[in-house]
Amino acid sequence: MTVLDNPSFMTPEAPTKKQINVPVMADLAARNESPEILFWVGCAGAFDDRYKRVTRAFVRILDHVGTKYAVLGLEESCTGDPAKRAGNEFLFQMQAMQNITTLNGYGIKKIVTACPHCFNTIKNEYPALGGDYEVIHHSTYLQQLINEGKVGVTGGESFKGRRITFHDSCYLGRANNIYEAPRDVLAALDADLVEMKRSRANGLCCGAGGAQMWKEAEPGKKEINIERTEEALATLSGKADALANLTGVETETSAPGPHDLQGSIIAVSCPFCMTMMSDGVKNKEQESKVQVFDLAELVASAEGINA
Amino acid sequence: MPSILHPQTFPPSYLYRMLQPILFALLLVAAFGFFTWQVRKIRANILVGRDRDMSGHAAERFQKTLLVAFGQQKMFKRMTPALLHLVVYVGFLVINIEVLEIVVDGLFGTHRFLSFLGPVYSLLMATNEVLGALVIIAVAAFWWRRNRKPPLKRFSGPELRAWPKMDANIILYVEVILMVALFTMNTSDLKLHQLRGENLPGAFPISSLLMGLLPANAGMLEIMERVGWWAHITGILLFLNYLPSSKHFHIIMAFPNVWYSRLVPQGQFSNVESITNEVKAMMDPSFVVPPAPTAPDGSALAPTPFGAKDVDDLPWTNLLNAYSCTECGRCTSVCPANLTGKLLSPRKIIMDTRDRMEEKYNSPLIFRPNLYGEEAKHEPITDLMEATLLRGKVTPEELWACTTCNACVESCPVNINPLESIIEMRRFLVLEESAAPNSLNVMFSNIENNGAPWAFSPSDRFNWADDLFAVEKAVKVAVS
Repeated sequence: MTVLDNPSFMTPEAPTKKQINVPVMADLAARNESPEILFWVGCAGAFDDRYKRVTRAFVRILDHVGTKYAVLGLEESCTGDPAKRAGNEFLFQMQAMQNITTLNGYGIKKIVTACPHCFNTIKNEYPALGGDYEVIHHSTYLQQLINEGKVGVTGGESFKGRRITFHDSCYLGRANNIYEAPRDVLAALDADLVEMKRSRANGLCCGAGGAQMWKEAEPGKKEINIERTEEALATLSGKADALANLTGVETETSAPGPHDLQGSIIAVSCPFCMTMMSDGVKNKEQESKVQVFDLAELVASAEGINA
Repeated sequence: MPSILHPQTFPPSYLYRMLQPILFALLLVAAFGFFTWQVRKIRANILVGRDRDMSGHAAERFQKTLLVAFGQQKMFKRMTPALLHLVVYVGFLVINIEVLEIVVDGLFGTHRFLSFLGPVYSLLMATNEVLGALVIIAVAAFWWRRNRKPPLKRFSGPELRAWPKMDANIILYVEVILMVALFTMNTSDLKLHQLRGENLPGAFPISSLLMGLLPANAGMLEIMERVGWWAHITGILLFLNYLPSSKHFHIIMAFPNVWYSRLVPQGQFSNVESITNEVKAMMDPSFVVPPAPTAPDGSALAPTPFGAKDVDDLPWTNLLNAYSCTECGRCTSVCPANLTGKLLSPRKIIMDTRDRMEEKYNSPLIFRPNLYGEEAKHEPITDLMEATLLRGKVTPEELWACTTCNACVESCPVNINPLESIIEMRRFLVLEESAAPNSLNVMFSNIENNGAPWAFSPSDRFNWADDLFAVEKAVKVAVS
């Protein structure tokens, strides 16, 4: 990076901090305004301490690019995804219809969410109950911002050369065929991207989908998130023999070269994957070396807008 | 028309020539009659499933069938089995052109009637012979993958013992027998013509190498040629009637199964219409619930349960799935629950569905589920009330281990969807029996009370936005 490329050269003073007052849909409606997008936060994004950081990072990005957005705030409620996957169709539909009433009441057309489960449910399962919206996952939205040049992913932390592997979320990938958007976002970081053998359509679940997040696993030999974390760590460290010992890996592709785990990143795009992979890294006692980040956190950090 | 047998070398050939068309016609009628009878039973089994409208989207379905079923698109995720399977599949298609010739010859007493095609016939025969040899090699490889110690991981597992294991091997043995019959027929025919100084139309690259193995005796060769001919066609017709009892039925059912596969995103789970009506009525008192469907005579039908307890509660497409499964185990080999030692195996759920249909409704000619015998994957059910698909064959422990990750659905080469059946049975457990694991009941009540699956106060939902700061930074303006 030359001195001229550094934005701080142009503004030598310390960066100014500003407070973001997140616009709430009810306030906009009272002023007779409508947002360009509704940001659907999701329960994990609203309550889970780790994922709240993702929500805040994504809001910083929305604010930074000047998108006219709003959130439902206290009017948001669970989409019903965990209930539906667990077989409680009645509870799911109660939740769905309540949310659809809220969304339709505000005339919402376009929804962006950082949760693949909310994304899948609203996009695919709400239409049958009267909720038709354009629904975008934040990985696709971030990809668009980068492609349009609204986010340059420069000026903040540099990820150049950092080793990152992306863990596909089932509800983004196999459920909705979104594989490239998150990878394009990561590619913009100019990092050293490595792929796990089980990736894209062959990606291995983190173990939390289908309402597993809220229950103990059935008796077995191993936790699914441990299996997946081992694969991620073996990929990041380039230990091909470690990879070969994993169950279920039948394809043989060349593994990346040996690499120090220090500073490596497991990138996720889902709150449940975030929990499962973070727990897995802690279980393997690698949390001092390997961090788990959501795409929005990486982008906000590269853009230098985190405060 | 050339005679089938040479009168000088095979004296009873006149009698044979009289009898062959009659015997052959009887064989054909019996074989196709039996097959139709069995297929009708299976069709009836599939139609006990719940209604589901799969009409429309013909262009999209056609394209999918072309790619996935005819083109074997999803097989090519794993190269070795894909290539081996391709050999057997193409062999099946091409060699069946010769079956057409055999049928015409058999009924009309002709000999190799397609030979009028000239060079095309030579090409066809040569292709057949090369494919026939490749099929034997591929089948040997398949056998080794299944029967070596230990076998390929996906060919083991509790659901692949007893009958399913034997079934897989029977298919491989029959395929070899059919190819051996084909080569016996061609080689003896070729040698017979050579002995007589005649030219057999067609090209036979493999049989011309095998001629040395046969006796130089015209009478023997005539008999061997006929034995090979009869063995090949009888074998095929017997095999046809074995299919309805076998996993090998996939060679037929894969096509309708792919045609009727779901066209919506894999993450989209089905909507339960009856619940939608109830919920709408609860939320809007003015909503008029549409009348329940009635029987043709106008009487009320027994209410159908939510979800699936038995096979007749599943949509008919899931029952079609069960008859399309060739038990390859790709689903189970990628299932995260199965990989980490849980009881769930998507393949077992599909196999259980077929077993249960045949236990409760019609069985095909040969196989009956009780043939599992002592090595059965289930304890024999003594209480018939409990002999349903759910609990009788599929345990709640299997169902609750599913992460709904869609890996099984993605992996199936013929678009079987085990996840749908799992969700239907979960629905029955939760909505009809309130038999969810306790921790999930806690999650349900959290959603009901707090609007979130965790026990947080709804008034804290927007706390994440408190004290949210960002670095002020000019939006990057693209320089044009």
